[in-house]
Amino acid sequence: MEIRIMKEIMEGNDKLAGENRKFFEDNNITAVNIMASPGAGKTSLIMNIIGILKDQKKISVIEGDIASSIDAEKIEKEGITALQINTGGGCHLDANVIKLSVEDLALQKDTLLFIENVGNLICPSAFDLGETLKMVIASVPEGHDKPFKYISMFEAADVIVLSKKDLLPYIDFDKEAFYKGIRAVNQKAPVFEISSKTGEGVKELVDWLVEG
Amino acid sequence: MHEYAITENIIKTVTEEAKKAGADKITKITLVIGDLSSIVDESVQMYFDIISKGTIAQEARLEFKRVSAEYRCISCGTLFTRRGSKYDCPECGGEGRLTDKGREFYIESIEVD
Repeated sequence: MEIRIMKEIMEGNDKLAGENRKFFEDNNITAVNIMASPGAGKTSLIMNIIGILKDQKKISVIEGDIASSIDAEKIEKEGITALQINTGGGCHLDANVIKLSVEDLALQKDTLLFIENVGNLICPSAFDLGETLKMVIASVPEGHDKPFKYISMFEAADVIVLSKKDLLPYIDFDKEAFYKGIRAVNQKAPVFEISSKTGEGVKELVDWLVEG
Repeated sequence: MHEYAITENIIKTVTEEAKKAGADKITKITLVIGDLSSIVDESVQMYFDIISKGTIAQEARLEFKRVSAEYRCISCGTLFTRRGSKYDCPECGGEGRLTDKGREFYIESIEVD
């Protein structure tokens, strides 16, 4: 006997993501899911944004890593609450782990919450966390071909950041090809070019995050 | 790597549905998977063989119906699947834009005894 099912494979995760989304909306929390490859500058960008916003906005950070608490320690030095999640080999964060983390953090209303996903351009794109925004970072030294290779990641992004722009003079990075690749799969996400080292472009991104 | 978590979800859903129908055994599971879902069929199969042991799905055959991601040319409107390294239209060379096809990710049906 055949039984038609027609159910989304991610249904369990998506249900929890919906609960997270409702919690964020009810409490006016902006949750930014930051996804990028390892070393693209996720933590550096978060640190830069904290530097600009910490006196005017409540900020919390969830740090997803395979192992270690290096990133959470860096952020706590800035006086910001950071919760480190070690996935123990797991390649992504999911809605359930975010639900538990949010309970642990006892988030206040109007918080800007950064969720630093596990460094990986593949798996995190498959798991809705209930976030307000998906931010994808691509760094100049990774090369301009990333939007041609990691389609689902760039397709899912609400905002795209090209980081380490101070390295552009030293690297063969074809910006036109990069933008063309993004446009093919995502016409809605704005792209910000930044350098966490020099601070260039970070203010524009922060203004967009706060006002947009 | 996330195939492990995905396979767990699949087994949970199909065993629930089969039990609802009063079935004792699942013989086949049909999945529809768009190419944008970044899933490797062989990896799902490998995890399935491990995780399904001891469940009513353990002897089920997995069928993967693959859906290619489709693009539409902004110049001439041609629908095409991507070949090679670019998103350009094979007819006129115009720029392609991703359509909704290729995002499918669901369990279509099961066969039970």
